[in-house]
Amino acid sequence: MVGRGRNRCVGRASRVLLWVCALVLLTPVGVLAGGKPYKIGAVFSVTGGASFLGEPEKKTAEMIVEQVNARGGINGHPVQLVLYDDETDATKCNLAVKKLIKRDKVPVIIGPSTSGNSLAVVSVAEAYKVPLISCAASYKIVEPVASRHWVFKVAGSDKHVVGKMYDYMQAKGITKIGIMTVSTGFGASGREELLRLAKDYGITIVADERYGPKDTDLTAQLTKIRQSGAQAVVNWSVGPTAVLAVKGWRDLKMEGIALFQSHGFGSKKYLELCGDAAEGVLLPLARVNVGPLLPEDHPQKKVIMEYIRAYEAKYQEPISSFGGHAWDSMHLALAALQAVGPDRAKIRDFLENTRNFVGQHGIFNFSPQDHNGLSKDDLEMVVVKNGDWALAE
Amino acid sequence: MDSIGFGAAWLQYALGGITVGAIYALVAIGYNIIYNVTEIINFAQGEFVMLGGLFAVFFHETCGFPMLPAFLAAVAAVALTGLILERYVIRKARHATVLSMIIITIAFSILLKGGAMLVWGRDPYRLPAFSGSGSILWNGVAIQPQALWVLAVSGTIVACLTIFFQRSVYGKAMLACADNPAAARLVGIPVRTMIFLSFMLSAAIGAAAGVAITPITLMEYDRGALLGLKGFGAAVLGGLGQFFGALVAGLLLGLAESFCAGYVSSGYKDAVALVLLLLALFFKPEGLFGSKEAAGLKRF
Repeated sequence: MVGRGRNRCVGRASRVLLWVCALVLLTPVGVLAGGKPYKIGAVFSVTGGASFLGEPEKKTAEMIVEQVNARGGINGHPVQLVLYDDETDATKCNLAVKKLIKRDKVPVIIGPSTSGNSLAVVSVAEAYKVPLISCAASYKIVEPVASRHWVFKVAGSDKHVVGKMYDYMQAKGITKIGIMTVSTGFGASGREELLRLAKDYGITIVADERYGPKDTDLTAQLTKIRQSGAQAVVNWSVGPTAVLAVKGWRDLKMEGIALFQSHGFGSKKYLELCGDAAEGVLLPLARVNVGPLLPEDHPQKKVIMEYIRAYEAKYQEPISSFGGHAWDSMHLALAALQAVGPDRAKIRDFLENTRNFVGQHGIFNFSPQDHNGLSKDDLEMVVVKNGDWALAE
Repeated sequence: MDSIGFGAAWLQYALGGITVGAIYALVAIGYNIIYNVTEIINFAQGEFVMLGGLFAVFFHETCGFPMLPAFLAAVAAVALTGLILERYVIRKARHATVLSMIIITIAFSILLKGGAMLVWGRDPYRLPAFSGSGSILWNGVAIQPQALWVLAVSGTIVACLTIFFQRSVYGKAMLACADNPAAARLVGIPVRTMIFLSFMLSAAIGAAAGVAITPITLMEYDRGALLGLKGFGAAVLGGLGQFFGALVAGLLLGLAESFCAGYVSSGYKDAVALVLLLLALFFKPEGLFGSKEAAGLKRF
């Protein structure tokens, strides 16, 4: 009895062993086809509050790796994406970055998705001397650049959006504006830049209104702006209040006062929610949002249209500007790996000296003083026309 | 650009304030109905408003009902939610203290919010206005027809409630439960049925408010908490349990917020409701219309 029991045990053990051997032997075969795989680390908020950022970022990154490996990898090395989900949690994000650095030993990291998480890992990237390309917007991620030796970001800053807006106003002879901003981090940061840059463009802010993200009525703020003699009104918010601003503006018959929205309004979902009310609303958008509208000879036209085609074919859903950030960071990392191989210091130097890199969100020109590489000219002024985006004249 | 006169701006603020205030008043009335019968403050009241709006979107946009049936169906669906809250949650815990019951309603509100997020997602939803979109410009004041609808719905509800409580047997029975549950039971009033009815009624009123404002404000899963808070402020300000007080206090709160946003700073708008609430609690804790004596008899 005992002997037979042990036999059965041994039988089972050897079968398990066989499976393990098979797995060990089989898995690396695909990877070993070329040289040693080049790793790229990624941390995105695939779940949690910022999943609307992380989800398309993850899909984009995975799609690009697939494309590159189908073409035979880079310099004969297949690319391996090591991706962690930080669940929109700064602590988990910090741990994930440490894991990528220490355990996975990746030469370059893309992500995180949000500004808060990016700021939480800047010190880690600096301490371990690993190049990190953030997909979030806050300028604090790459400034002061003296203590951001290893950190880059591919999302534009609020100052670019405001600069583009003010440029347009200047061209239209608008000098007096009213601003209304939501009292969240997003709105506060936009307000800061709107107030700071106004003087440089000869613009006077005649009304400065704020409201909460859950406010149900913005007519009071809009009435005040209407009374202040402003020639244009800038609303800076995301979520329902961005729609309420448009509806209130229309209901108060304020068409004579141009309504500008922040880039946060750049989603087709808002146009659906606003209906006809949104006609004529102006906003600066990254070109990735308006790919089909760009002239054929625009340098970004080709990469954006290719991205749209591939992404929509693979996932049956429209692209988002957030996925564009993942495209930019992923292709920067790939370009660096191709040029200098998996060496952290060399990748950093390569990124810092990258010029005229044509991406989804603009043409990147990095420098030792600028780890973002974008400018206000990488945005397009867009107007809502017939329920869709159109380039503004 | 025409310059808009001071008077027109004043009217515009007043109109915005009254519209929002009417909603606060309806939420406050919802609190009062349940409070009167059970002494429970039902903190899920704000979620009823949210659910009303989202159910109306569901019935109108997804099921393709016309507006009026969608309105009624949404009110019925939320009344059913109120029924579930009473039948399966509050009644099970009827031996608990009032404070525990209040905490249970907070838990239920979190449940409703989470459930709504799972079903409808995080995006806001829109509902077409009851009659025609756009607005009417009158002497420089823009009036949204939907704002008039909100006032009409609120007015109708207040009128119906007044008649219900003063004329109908059920209404009088509910008021009797409020005055003295033990005595009410002794004269043969089914107190438990009254409690049951009060939850359904206040859920239905919250839902009606939600449907009425959704065309103006959009609706999403986490709107309820703030509306509930403002409505609670109105209920306390007007004196807990006082219907007329709730109506006046709700409108007062809406107007104060709107004028503060217009003449002081829009950043302090939300503080107004809380400051008014604190002032009321410091100087007249029984509320503007409540009586000190009656407040002293309540357990909470």
